[in-house]
Amino acid sequence: AAFAGGADDDTLTINGDLDMVTKAAAPDHLSDVLDEVISGWHFRSDETQQLQTDDFENQGMIFVDQAIDQWNTAEGTEGKSCADCHSDPADSMVGVTTTYPKWNEDAGEMRTVQMQVNDCRTNRMGAEAWKYDAGAAVSMEALIASVSRGMPVDVAIDGPAAEYWEAGKDIYYTRYGQLELSCANCHEQNYGNYIRADHLSQGQINGFPTYRLKNAQLNGAHSRFKGCIRDTRAETFSAGSDEFIALELYVKSRGNGLSVEGPSVRN
Amino acid sequence: MRLTAITAAAVLATGAAFADTVAPGDVQFGEYGEVATSLSGMDGDADAGRVIFSSRSKGNCAACHAVAQLPDVAFQGEVGPELTWTGEARTAEELRGIVSNAKMTFPDTVMPAFYKTTGFTRPGDGYTGKAATGELSPILSAQEIEDVVAFLLTLQES
Ligand code: HEC
Ligand code: HEC
Ligand code: HEC
Repeated sequence: AAFAGGADDDTLTINGDLDMVTKAAAPDHLSDVLDEVISGWHFRSDETQQLQTDDFENQGMIFVDQAIDQWNTAEGTEGKSCADCHSDPADSMVGVTTTYPKWNEDAGEMRTVQMQVNDCRTNRMGAEAWKYDAGAAVSMEALIASVSRGMPVDVAIDGPAAEYWEAGKDIYYTRYGQLELSCANCHEQNYGNYIRADHLSQGQINGFPTYRLKNAQLNGAHSRFKGCIRDTRAETFSAGSDEFIALELYVKSRGNGLSVEGPSVRN
Repeated sequence: MRLTAITAAAVLATGAAFADTVAPGDVQFGEYGEVATSLSGMDGDADAGRVIFSSRSKGNCAACHAVAQLPDVAFQGEVGPELTWTGEARTAEELRGIVSNAKMTFPDTVMPAFYKTTGFTRPGDGYTGKAATGELSPILSAQEIEDVVAFLLTLQES
């Protein structure tokens, strides 16, 4: 066909000095299905790619700025802000995004960054939990991701994480809905191909949260999963559900080795 | 052809317009996934099939397949093979089977079944993301399948 096809060979440097790893050898657990893992950035147009190279053009950074204000705002019955306990996120939050979702031993649960933030809000600040994948929660997730940009994704999939990872993998390969399509049908078997006007990527989440030109807002991974499952004419799962927590862990592990890019820019 | 004669006889016998519509659950697939008789009991209309092929709300076949004979259809997909010569390569029976339920011809294919209503995991209510309520309709009707097949048969190298 007349299409370019495949991932391009461009390289991503942010603000002129932060080099990102956007292609990496596939992690061992993918060795029988993929040789290389590739950031979704490579499948976007040059114009869209460009927006992510400079924090003044990356509109996701506007939400990061809002989250910085939030970070310093005292809330809840304890009258505390994030800053009271974690001081400057540029120090305290470095590397956090590389390892989440992560097993929390005390709570005995698999935690996403948003769940962890809500745990601090409800248990340490006496504040309301934020709605999953909605405004404040995604913006804070973006702030936390932004200070890990350039660091390799490295989520643990063994030990207590193993059963969640397996559950996520099952979901990834399940053919949902009346169209009977799995994540793998589109993002493993067909990345690089066009499906109508959309250039299929590997569906990686190293770039989340993502600022999408299409809806002009920051989008969490669970919202993206929802959209993709809806497009198979299926009943989706909800943001924050056990299914999507497991799927987030699994999909994130498929990007082990890629740089954290959030907030990224996509169409 | 003999099958058409049988169909015509059946139409005469019952006199009902949809008497010969084969329900999705009753489609008989041959050894290679082919379907011998018209699902609607009528001939397909290639012009209607052309619209169904390209329209997003109908077959949206163009999402996955490129066809050189449709230069005005923007963004033809690459997930499935190009179908520019499919009218020479495939018979009506084969095409009817592939469009009805491609998995009978190509096990595990990513191509969706367009004339199937059961056996899905978490079927939704169209593209709402909500659970389906009640019985599903096939994505294309019996006549729409026939129309698409008629269109595919016109795809020949000219
Ligand atoms: C009263 C103290 C307190 C407040 C207020 C607080 N936290 Fe925490 N936070 C903690 C403690 C204690 C931990 C667990 C120990 C650790 O990892 O530092 C933690 C852990 C975290 C982690 C996980 C860090 C890791 O390495 O796994 C994140 C992310 C986080 N907090 C974000 C926030 C955000 C965002 C806010 C404000 C909305 C906030 N916290 C408010 C005390 C607090
Ligand atoms: C019918 C095809 C299809 C299916 C099935 C599908 N997706 Fe997608 N997905 C897309 C398209 C098209 C896009 C937008 C282009 C792109 O980034 O690949 C997309 C984008 C994504 C993205 C954004 C990638 C980025 O870099 O911003 C993620 C993450 C994703 N999908 C995950 C999934 C997961 C997980 C599943 C299964 C639950 C899934 N998708 C199922 C078609 C699909
Ligand atoms: C989500 C992708 C997708 C959609 C939508 C789709 N197809 Fe396909 N189709 C495929 C793939 C992939 C194959 C190759 C079969 C295989 O898996 O080996 C195929 C094969 C075919 C073939 C057989 C080609 C040959 O001779 O081997 C025909 C004919 C066909 N498709 C017609 C259609 C029609 C008509 C529609 C719409 C009503 C349609 N397809 C919708 C993906 C798709």
